[in-house]
Amino acid sequence: MVTIANIDLDEHAFVEWAGFVDDVPMFATADGDLIRIEGEQTVFNIHDGLLCAALSEDRRYLLTGGEDGKVCRVDAAGSSSVLAEQPGDWIDLIAAGPREAVAFACGREARVIVDSEIAAKITLERTIEGLAFAPKGLRLALARYDGVELHWVNSGGSMQFLEWKGAHTGVFFSPDGKYVVSTMQENALHGWRLKDARHMRMQGYPSKVKSTSWSPKGKWLATSGAPASIVWPFSGKDGPMGKAPKELGSMGKLQVTCVSCHPGVDVVAIGYSNGMILFVKIDDGQEVALRSEGRGPITSMGWNKSGHLLAFGSEQGEGGIIDVS
Amino acid sequence: MNQTSSRIPVTVLTGYLGAGKTTLLNRILSEDHGKKYAVIVNEFGEIGIDNDLIVKSDEEIYEMNNGCICCTVRGDLIRVVQKLMRRQGRFDAIIVETTGLADPAPVAQTFFMDEDVRAKAQLDAVIALVDAKHFLLSLGDSPEAEDQIAFADVILLNKTDLVDATELAKVEATIRRINPRAELHHTNRSDVDLAKILDRGAFDLERVMVTDPQFLDHHDEAHDHDHDHDHDHHDHHGHAGLDGNVHDTTIGTISLRGGDLDPKKFLPWIEKVTQIDGPDILRLKGIISFKDDPDRFVVQGIHMILEGDSQREWGEDEKRESRLVFIGRNLNHEKLERSFAACAA
Ligand SMILES: [Zn+2]
Repeated sequence: MVTIANIDLDEHAFVEWAGFVDDVPMFATADGDLIRIEGEQTVFNIHDGLLCAALSEDRRYLLTGGEDGKVCRVDAAGSSSVLAEQPGDWIDLIAAGPREAVAFACGREARVIVDSEIAAKITLERTIEGLAFAPKGLRLALARYDGVELHWVNSGGSMQFLEWKGAHTGVFFSPDGKYVVSTMQENALHGWRLKDARHMRMQGYPSKVKSTSWSPKGKWLATSGAPASIVWPFSGKDGPMGKAPKELGSMGKLQVTCVSCHPGVDVVAIGYSNGMILFVKIDDGQEVALRSEGRGPITSMGWNKSGHLLAFGSEQGEGGIIDVS
Repeated sequence: MNQTSSRIPVTVLTGYLGAGKTTLLNRILSEDHGKKYAVIVNEFGEIGIDNDLIVKSDEEIYEMNNGCICCTVRGDLIRVVQKLMRRQGRFDAIIVETTGLADPAPVAQTFFMDEDVRAKAQLDAVIALVDAKHFLLSLGDSPEAEDQIAFADVILLNKTDLVDATELAKVEATIRRINPRAELHHTNRSDVDLAKILDRGAFDLERVMVTDPQFLDHHDEAHDHDHDHDHDHHDHHGHAGLDGNVHDTTIGTISLRGGDLDPKKFLPWIEKVTQIDGPDILRLKGIISFKDDPDRFVVQGIHMILEGDSQREWGEDEKRESRLVFIGRNLNHEKLERSFAACAA
């Protein structure tokens, strides 16, 4: 359990994304810098202001969107190519889909890139606040005020609206594609079982839920937004309905700001507002400290393929790699 | 690090299209004050702003509290402010320009009701620009013009060179009936001393009543106790000296005054008032003297949002008294006065 590398950034650098691109540790900052660590630290500037980042489905590329209106794809060597450009717009959201599809959103418009071309443009009545591909098929979930819209990219744009009053600030599918879950402005998650659009309310958070992560087979959904990680059981046929969530890594006054489930076993890395990181077994809540504290809240974490290495980043220019083997 | 001291100040500019918001914005941005601003403009706003950091934003209202009509925030501002705050050091302050028809309350409430925005940014003041030539006409058309005036901490009566003295007096009288408490400046081409509109601390409890003494003192000494001067304007058409042609306004001000209060009575009372009458209350401010408490207690509110805190000790030469001002729509003066009086210690 050792930190094997720390990135060196000035304390104003906000790490928006930390993880592994084709198993090479990378860190993307809100300023638009990409820090790549292989032996030594190399810094590439990819945006004038980075707003969002997502790993491609095959984990070989990092997809990014910026204040400069650019949508970029970065490979493990750190070289980036511009997939699309909308000068003057902020690219607020980006999502990776099957067959190297990329979706990005700006205001009320989302665009989908398939085979290097804009294959679809979806315009909503309200601002798009969350964007996610279904695990199979080119189906896109778009969170907006009062619900989530599901759009098929290819079949003539057929749409299903999952309605729930209030502001939905993010959206994602379960790994098996059976559930869609949104994060809400009002300190809650809202879920739908797709086969019958049955509602699932996951409430009781003292803060907004900004980070979520599925355990390897989608058995558990780990979440931030409380002084512990709230972990919902999704193994039964009714998802978390009628079941109490687990509260893991409870730390009194410290808020959980980031969660990232291990790729192989039911263990979750939990990042806190003071920069601490714990490694917690979901079954029995057993904790191992990976990092005691730092300058700022943990913003992002990601595992390498084998699950031996965890990359992390914070709001205040910190980042590093932890060996958990 | 002290959270309050590091919060970024936010100035909100309201006013109709053509009232001079862009001119004022460009003055703020170009003047030699050594400060850098991030500017949030609405999607359909006037163009021609020269600044490094301009963010377009699509005004979007969120209901926050089971659909209560007054508990609203601006969802777009939550998103933009959070995104901006990730890149510190780029700017020292934020200016939000709203569309002509925008309701200022959700803008202001965003800085109190959203935990993330509140942690990083602090509302400094709401500025209303008024086009002296077109104001009375716009007032007839829409409630937004009235709301913007009522809500403002600072009002710039702009383009005064385009109207004659009689017209100007009429406009000012109308503004004063809606909001007698805001600081009001006459300007041409938005030429106001920037010190008068920036860094006002109008929502800062520490500074309530320091920067805006007239909020409580504006010509109400002789009036409040004997007759209703400031509210229920349907019964009082026009001020003496004007031609009686002043517009009807539905918004008015109620000033309450008393001696030492009992906190056990006052605090539940003010909470109840803001819960029940919240939708009709645009702003409230007050200094309260609690019996046997050496400190001044200050309160301020927007609709149902209420903040109160001990501020500082009463000065030796200071007259200890309690004063409370409501700006709102269709407020019941008699009832407020009676129930306020019942809070006496
Ligand atoms: Zn309300």
